[in-house]
Amino acid sequence: MMQLSQDLIQRYHDVIESLGPEALKEMLQAMHLIRAFEERAEQLYMLGKVHGTMHLSIGQEATAIGAANAMQDGDYLLNHHRGHGHCMAWGSDPNRMMAEFMGRETGYCRGRGGSMHIADVDSNNLGANGIVAGGIPIAVGVGLSIKMRRTNQVCLVIFGDGAANEGAFHEALNMASIWALPIVFLCENNQYAMSMPVEKAFNIENISQRAAAYGLPGITVDGNDPLAVYSAVSEAAARARRGEGASLVEAKTYRYKGHSKSDKQAYRSREEVRDWQDNRDPILRFANLLVLAGVITEAEAATMRDQAIATIDEAVEFSENSPEPSVADILDGVYA
Amino acid sequence: MPELRELTYAEALREGLRQLMAEDERVFLIGEDIGVYGGAFGVTAGLLDQFGAERVIDTPISEAGIAGACIGAALTGMRPVGEIQFMDFVTLSMEQLVLQAAKVRFMFGGKASVPMVLRMPGGSGTGAAAQHSESLENWFVHVPGLKVVMPSTPYDAKGLIRAAVADNNPVIFVEHKLLYKTKGHVPEAPYSVPLSQTQIVREGTHLTVVATSIMVSRALQAAEQLADEGIQLEVIDPRTLKPLDDAPIIESVKKTGRALVVHEAVEMGGFGGEVVARIAASEAFDYLEAPIRRLAGLDIPIPYNRELEYHTVPQVESIVREARKLVKGEY
Ligand SMILES: Cc1ncc(C[n+]2csc(CCOP(=O)(O)OP(=O)(O)O)c2C)c(N)n1
Ligand SMILES: [Mg+2]
Repeated sequence: MMQLSQDLIQRYHDVIESLGPEALKEMLQAMHLIRAFEERAEQLYMLGKVHGTMHLSIGQEATAIGAANAMQDGDYLLNHHRGHGHCMAWGSDPNRMMAEFMGRETGYCRGRGGSMHIADVDSNNLGANGIVAGGIPIAVGVGLSIKMRRTNQVCLVIFGDGAANEGAFHEALNMASIWALPIVFLCENNQYAMSMPVEKAFNIENISQRAAAYGLPGITVDGNDPLAVYSAVSEAAARARRGEGASLVEAKTYRYKGHSKSDKQAYRSREEVRDWQDNRDPILRFANLLVLAGVITEAEAATMRDQAIATIDEAVEFSENSPEPSVADILDGVYA
Repeated sequence: MPELRELTYAEALREGLRQLMAEDERVFLIGEDIGVYGGAFGVTAGLLDQFGAERVIDTPISEAGIAGACIGAALTGMRPVGEIQFMDFVTLSMEQLVLQAAKVRFMFGGKASVPMVLRMPGGSGTGAAAQHSESLENWFVHVPGLKVVMPSTPYDAKGLIRAAVADNNPVIFVEHKLLYKTKGHVPEAPYSVPLSQTQIVREGTHLTVVATSIMVSRALQAAEQLADEGIQLEVIDPRTLKPLDDAPIIESVKKTGRALVVHEAVEMGGFGGEVVARIAASEAFDYLEAPIRRLAGLDIPIPYNRELEYHTVPQVESIVREARKLVKGEY
């Protein structure tokens, strides 16, 4: 059991108050749902029911949930290859996500995109990206369009620590800054880019420091704490909505699973992984906090995982009963 | 007879690189996850332990930087071998490759050279979907100053990597994901397969099939099947797409009177168009008994769904079908 002090509750008093018990409960439930989805995804892969690859965000659920909950209806999302969690946190339908993962016609992308490219354009989720940093400059265009159309929307763009070393990241932050665009750049720092640890890829302590070079505010938060992420992203989004421009939020978290399906993980120790799992697990921590704060009972907390698994069971059933795309339509959909 | 030693395509590349590094201190490797991880497809596994982090350099995710680092090092006396994790990501290196590496020598009046190799796996068939399955080799073929190599067997992989590293020009070295685990005879002693040397891999009389990369083995399988029907394919592997040794292709078509070009990349604007044009413009024209045809990828991004992915690029069945039509005059 993790130690949680009354201090923490005190620290989060305001945010707990402002979100209210229903929203907090839903956040925890959604974190369970993400984990259940991804555990099942891995299982389906092992069973040979899925071909291709996948990138699991197990251990990172708090960042997705904290960030998505800080955004409003009508806002935009761009995310990256490790994106199941972001998508689900954005409110996507587990059935259609699973169907996409399983390559079915009923999936969000009609089985054409797969795990790495799930998009739900109807809810302004402009899609995951297979190219590291590929979504970051697109956010600049979304921000520009929001400004030109004079709406009150904000664009949330999520990318990894690795993405911050692509040129695209630097070009985008600068453009967002000089044009004061309504963008929240969220760097989900899970300590590794494939096998490359952040200590070797950066000569700075926090990736958020890079914001300063472009004249943007930058902040680093505990990415395993949904309320810390929620608070930081809320503030950044509010700033953007006030017309004051973009921000860079760095959420420090940890990926439990290998980078993708075929990762021997020779670049890190089992002890390191276990330490994060045992001492900083975002779901356990948040559940404990909500119990301590009197938002849910221990009994309620105990049923949430099973509830999530049941939802995912249904999603798999839906997908398995869904048709495969037809080869006769193979040429469709390239041009508008 | 002693049994011939077999290696996989990935092992053959690794052995080739290991021998080059052991012989020549100027050779070093640079790329993403090539050290402890051993490369996304395992090609460089173990080389970090053998040669150390100064010669097996893991980079941040910075493909323009990788290409530029190779160019700068090559200009100043080193012989870098860069790795782009998937060919798709070379799109981020294009400026450095196309506008710098390819042109430096010419622009500087021949006073500098860029002896670098950039390895990258292309191709579909692993369910990696649209942004991890590209076959972009012909982009490079279009650029004066670059050489483009595409080995189809473990033997050629080892011999061509040696020739590529020895070459004093930037060489784009295109591997294929589905070939990495394929096995074939590979001698242990170092050897080169010269660049720009087209190879006839199977002799036949009815139809010349020019195939690249993974399509060479598919064309050979198709040839086996058709042989049972009495149709003899001559299968030709250019191995180096640029500069192209077209003489064996033209000679072959003079013999067979028919030609089919097979590659995985999208047909329109693909390498096949160049081969067809060379045949059509050559003395083989007078010998043609059928239209020259191409069989290539559909004009769509690679789909995720397994069935769709399979049907997007040429397979053994489709090569058999197309070849049979050409030979039987049913086009
Ligand atoms: C431009 C580009 N380079 C390399 C890759 C291969 N690749 C995919 S994910 C990844 C690591 C990304 O690390 P990070 O941005 O930290 O995200 P994480 O995977 O840790 O969530 C790499 C190297 C890619 N998809 N795109
Ligand atoms: Mg990372």
